[in-house]
Amino acid sequence: MLDKELKAMIDEVKDGRMDRRGFVQRMLAFGLTAPMATQILAIGGVALAEGPSVYKPTKRGGGGALKLLWWQGPTLLNPHFATGTKDQDGSRLFYEPLACWDPDGNMKLVLAAEIPSLQNGGLSADGKSVVWKLKAGVKWHDGKPFSADDVVFNWEYARDPATATVTIGVHRDIIVEKVDDLTVRILYKKPTPFWADAFVGAPGSIIPKHLFAEYKGAKSREAPNNLAPVGTGPYKFVEFKPGDVIRGALNPDYHMPNRPHFDTVEMKGGGDAVSAARAVIQTGEYDFGWNIQVEDDVLLRLEKGGKGKTVYAVGGDTEFIALNSTDPNTEVDGERSSIKTKHPLLSDPAVRKALSMLVDREAVKKVIYGRAGRVTPNFLNGPEKFVSKNTSWEFSIEKAAKLLEDAGWKAGADGIRQKDGKKLKLLYQTAINGPRQKTQAIVKQACQKAGIDVELKSVVASVFFSSDVANPDTYAKFYADLEMFQIPMSQPDPAQHMRRYHSRNVATKENKWQGVNFPRWVNKEYDATIDAAEAETDMVKRAALYIKANDIMMQDIVFIPVMHRLKVEAAANTLRPVVSGWANETDNLFDWYREATG
Amino acid sequence: MSQYVLRRLMIAVPSLLGISLVLFVVLALAPGDPFSELATNPNVPPEVGAALRAKFGLDDPIYIRYLRWLAAMAQGDWGFSFVSRMNVDTLILQRLPTTLYVIGSAQVVALLVAIPVGVFAATRPYSIFDQIANTLAFIGFSLPTFFTGLLFILIFSVTLDWLPFVYSSDIKATGIRWLFEQVRQAIMPVMVLGLFQAASMTRFVRSAMLDVIRLDYVTTARAKGLGQAKVIVKHAMRNAMIPVVTLIALQMPAVFGGAIVTEQIFRIPGIGSLLISSILSNDTPVVMAVTFVFACLVVLFNLIADILYGWLDPRISFR
Repeated sequence: MLDKELKAMIDEVKDGRMDRRGFVQRMLAFGLTAPMATQILAIGGVALAEGPSVYKPTKRGGGGALKLLWWQGPTLLNPHFATGTKDQDGSRLFYEPLACWDPDGNMKLVLAAEIPSLQNGGLSADGKSVVWKLKAGVKWHDGKPFSADDVVFNWEYARDPATATVTIGVHRDIIVEKVDDLTVRILYKKPTPFWADAFVGAPGSIIPKHLFAEYKGAKSREAPNNLAPVGTGPYKFVEFKPGDVIRGALNPDYHMPNRPHFDTVEMKGGGDAVSAARAVIQTGEYDFGWNIQVEDDVLLRLEKGGKGKTVYAVGGDTEFIALNSTDPNTEVDGERSSIKTKHPLLSDPAVRKALSMLVDREAVKKVIYGRAGRVTPNFLNGPEKFVSKNTSWEFSIEKAAKLLEDAGWKAGADGIRQKDGKKLKLLYQTAINGPRQKTQAIVKQACQKAGIDVELKSVVASVFFSSDVANPDTYAKFYADLEMFQIPMSQPDPAQHMRRYHSRNVATKENKWQGVNFPRWVNKEYDATIDAAEAETDMVKRAALYIKANDIMMQDIVFIPVMHRLKVEAAANTLRPVVSGWANETDNLFDWYREATG
Repeated sequence: MSQYVLRRLMIAVPSLLGISLVLFVVLALAPGDPFSELATNPNVPPEVGAALRAKFGLDDPIYIRYLRWLAAMAQGDWGFSFVSRMNVDTLILQRLPTTLYVIGSAQVVALLVAIPVGVFAATRPYSIFDQIANTLAFIGFSLPTFFTGLLFILIFSVTLDWLPFVYSSDIKATGIRWLFEQVRQAIMPVMVLGLFQAASMTRFVRSAMLDVIRLDYVTTARAKGLGQAKVIVKHAMRNAMIPVVTLIALQMPAVFGGAIVTEQIFRIPGIGSLLISSILSNDTPVVMAVTFVFACLVVLFNLIADILYGWLDPRISFR
């Protein structure tokens, strides 16, 4: 879309000649979706409206008990220490951020009074500061008032390396200052187009200063409230047994009208995804089951005549096969997969291209992911605004074979292609997980038919995803030719996600394999595009840059996208959960309710 | 007697030390680290992981870490969980009542089934009763608990909808209702575990009984004109129980291990499921503490078995 047209449209919205909905619909026609359209309006100087609320109950309480089933139980309740989403989910029952993300990726107000925009003076034109106005009259569960001091304290608490929080990365490079009791200003070192990071969403939950001030820094572990949260949320803390159960009860002083609907909330942990699906969908023992990673035909069977159904949320999670740019079988200075080497087989573009053609995404969707997956030619799959339309994919064993043949890879006596004495033999690793092993089998079969010998390897997830320097089987070490998994995209903005593959982030022995560019892919054009995007405050140009970054990746075939995965949840037929692909499951819990009749 | 117990306790200390050393080394050498989730989180700079490792002394040599653990343990400090950031003893104590309730009930069920069935079968070897009991026992211990657990769930929860299959550690009801709910939710896991235990124990009781029943003193007792019941209960059973006690005592800690699977299936928040989730998240202090507790249990129950021998058969003197 042309900048000019967009600017004209934004002006029309400003002048009131076009309503917000009309604008968003026009944007949809241009291939954008609501979340980014609204962000464009914000940058264009039009205040963001909240996403429409689906909440129906007209009074507080009366919804009875809400029973949630998380097959990995939360183990701690301080959002700053939450190592996994399960802990963020548990903390979010009690603690709240300034704003969260609704199912369309719109920002929704929680503790903030208004969404910062150029128009209301919340955003600065240079993109270097954001002013948040806080809701007045919000109280902590112990009755103390919530104020700007709490927000500033959270920043000080999280950025202190001695506190050892997992949110340090968000808070380290910003400055948060109090303007008055109900206003805070965030200052950025450089123009920051995606400013909704600190204090937003489940990881941005705010803890009370008056209970944690003494426990900043090295004493952080000793805070008694780490296990007994006192927050501002819709439910008050009752009980917590790590890994087992969390209980909460309705907060009669909650700051949102008519909310919450449920009188009590219980989050039970443990077990496995299949039996969680069964307890919600089939027997109705629980109201909601988290992250139901179960094959679709199993879910379809459970849904027949059951008491619940599956619920999907679209985010940007992509299951992919990464191609190693370096040689995992040669040691240089005691390091395998060293950046100083080139992969002997995969450095041939024909081999990369052939491999991409041998991944039958349609079959993977049909056989494995079903309703929980979408076929995609892109690495970056959301929000819609950032999704490239320039790419395509195809599955063809014949074409792949011809491509290899033409590139000089001739089949040997054993049916395996070779060239210059090098055989097309590849090691393909992934984490142990039913769908992944099935995908491996599908890919292996197609490769075999095209004359590529693929050896499969599967590693226990806790080892594969660990950062253990001594272990050779981690994804970051990548001592294989191909590896498959997904990296969750936790924000409706691609900056964080795409930054990983900048060449400065290559995983090496030197950085103890903590670098996040594990395919060890180096592309100057990509680096330049990412750098440009990070400094670009014009949302349209910025989106174009990320689309270009995706296209460069797909051109080089660093990743073969296997499936755009949706979040799958199980819910009772009468429950009206609000889940977003851009947020944690409990992020919109205040909007959940139960329909009187199913 | 007291001297004997004391001596046995003295032997227990070095063996526990040895066990703890082995456990510690194995855990230290095992792959994975407790802060792995931090590594995949793009918000967390690698320095934080490194700082945490340094703070918790994970980068120190193994022997220093072991000595530190030992010193803390000697003072009653069990360490703290990396994952929950709370003390390990609190975590274990939270889980212990549930485990004792479920596993204990299962063990009681096993004994209540195994002893009468085993004894009765032994007194009438190769009768119809004996053959049925044997067949059921063979089926019982050939079916693993994860299979019977699922089968029970499918029958009693899904098809019949009688019993819940998610165990709740604290039921909100009070009085009779509370008791009823407690029993109702424990039926399936207790039966699954109890029947599995009972199956092998029945075979054991039966053969122990068979051995004793043929001995001369039993024949003598009968010849003196004692009633059948008195002969069996007072004379034969007491001696037959010696090997059974050994089995039960040695099985006690193993039941904790076997319960891992059952606890996982029924979502029972017991020690077993704590161990599993701690292993999966590489929460080494918890794994260390729980396995060490198991080791203590093994040593303790061995001691109890030895003492029970003396009570069952005074000919076994304490030397």
